Amino acid sequence: MSFLDTFFDGAVMAKYLPDLLGALVTTLWLSAAIVIAGLSLGLGLACLRTLGRWYLTLPIVAFADISRALPPLVVILVFYFGLPGLGIRLSGPMVLFIVLGGVLAAFAEEIFWAGLTSVPKGQWEAGRATGLSFMQTLFDIALPQAIRLGIPSLVNRALAITKMTALGSVIGVKEILSVSSSAQSFSGSATPLTMAALAYLAIFLPVVIFARLLEKRYT
Amino acid sequence: MNNFIDLFFNLEIMAQAWPLLFKGLIITLKLCAVVILLGLAGGLLLALGALSPRKWLKWPTIGFIDLFRALPPLVVLIFVYSGLPFAGLELSPFMAVVLAFFLNNSAYFAEVFRAGIQSVPKGQPEAAQATGLSQVQSLVHVILPQAIRNVLPDLLSNTVEVVKLTSLASVVSLSELLYSANMARSITYNSSPLVLAALIYLAILWPLVRLISRYQRGLAEH
Repeated sequence: MSFLDTFFDGAVMAKYLPDLLGALVTTLWLSAAIVIAGLSLGLGLACLRTLGRWYLTLPIVAFADISRALPPLVVILVFYFGLPGLGIRLSGPMVLFIVLGGVLAAFAEEIFWAGLTSVPKGQWEAGRATGLSFMQTLFDIALPQAIRLGIPSLVNRALAITKMTALGSVIGVKEILSVSSSAQSFSGSATPLTMAALAYLAIFLPVVIFARLLEKRYT
Repeated sequence: MNNFIDLFFNLEIMAQAWPLLFKGLIITLKLCAVVILLGLAGGLLLALGALSPRKWLKWPTIGFIDLFRALPPLVVLIFVYSGLPFAGLELSPFMAVVLAFFLNNSAYFAEVFRAGIQSVPKGQPEAAQATGLSQVQSLVHVILPQAIRNVLPDLLSNTVEVVKLTSLASVVSLSELLYSANMARSITYNSSPLVLAALIYLAILWPLVRLISRYQRGLAEH
């Protein structure tokens, strides 16, 4: 009984439900913005890389490597606490959007690029030989195949990175984890943390199951 | 520009912070060793469970894996660190991090191992057992070596993620690399210690990230 009281206290749940729903909305729109920006930037960078110019390839590869190697929390802290010293003051949600969007873009660029390089050379040559321009070959022949190949990895990566919106709690973004953590310390009950876990499951469990179905279809 | 260098690449402050960061780095490395080994072991067991023909074992295991793939690791960590004491289980920051990341990492490693084991043709375990190997022998000597070779890039990239994940331990005041760097930042009012921590992470992880990219390219060309 005491277990239920501690982790599923009905009165505490009712009290903090409105706050938590607000936080859920914040997590959702932040996630959506990160996914859209990250995937489009990643796609754009992978396309630029096909041009084969070293002055494009070099910065793209450096960006992708560094963003994949650094723990996002380090970058979040540098942006949030360091940039104001240069007179650049970004809000918590903005920092989260820029950093996580950038990380997703780096991973997406690598996934799209792996897809593009797996399209046999002969198809590029055939495209050009039939009179298509480079751009037409890229967009009509290579890219559709690259995107198809990349979908399972992209879904998994986007999921892992949108889950990181929970890091916003460290820089005061009012998302699910930070709101439930402060509710936990105000109420002296573990129930808000249970609510946070349930809220995340409600958002991400369908995505995990969707990813499983995708993988089954694609392999 | 001078201002920028002074705030982010201040060598004097980096030198001052280095002893603290070095201690943090040692804790990060210890933590990595523990959570990577536990994650691999837990992941392998979960993968075997998820592939089991016994339904009572298979479905709960898959449920467990999906549960921890859906929960953000920081949420699991906060739950273990601040939630479990309500149930009478108080853990040190180190143990809380180990337990939380064990749950999270085994779920992720399980998916990699599962994909690896499924990539080995069915005829192989059958052949192994036909030649008189026991089920365990065929797993250890026939299936796993091939399974691991087939998913080596994924194992590697998952390991990189685990190392990056250890930085979350700073949130529960475990004095690992990022926590030490952030401490030094708040004492010196200067971001250079954070940049130094970032450079240390880069030095450890960049070679691995390069290796993974090369692997993927290699796979694409064959």
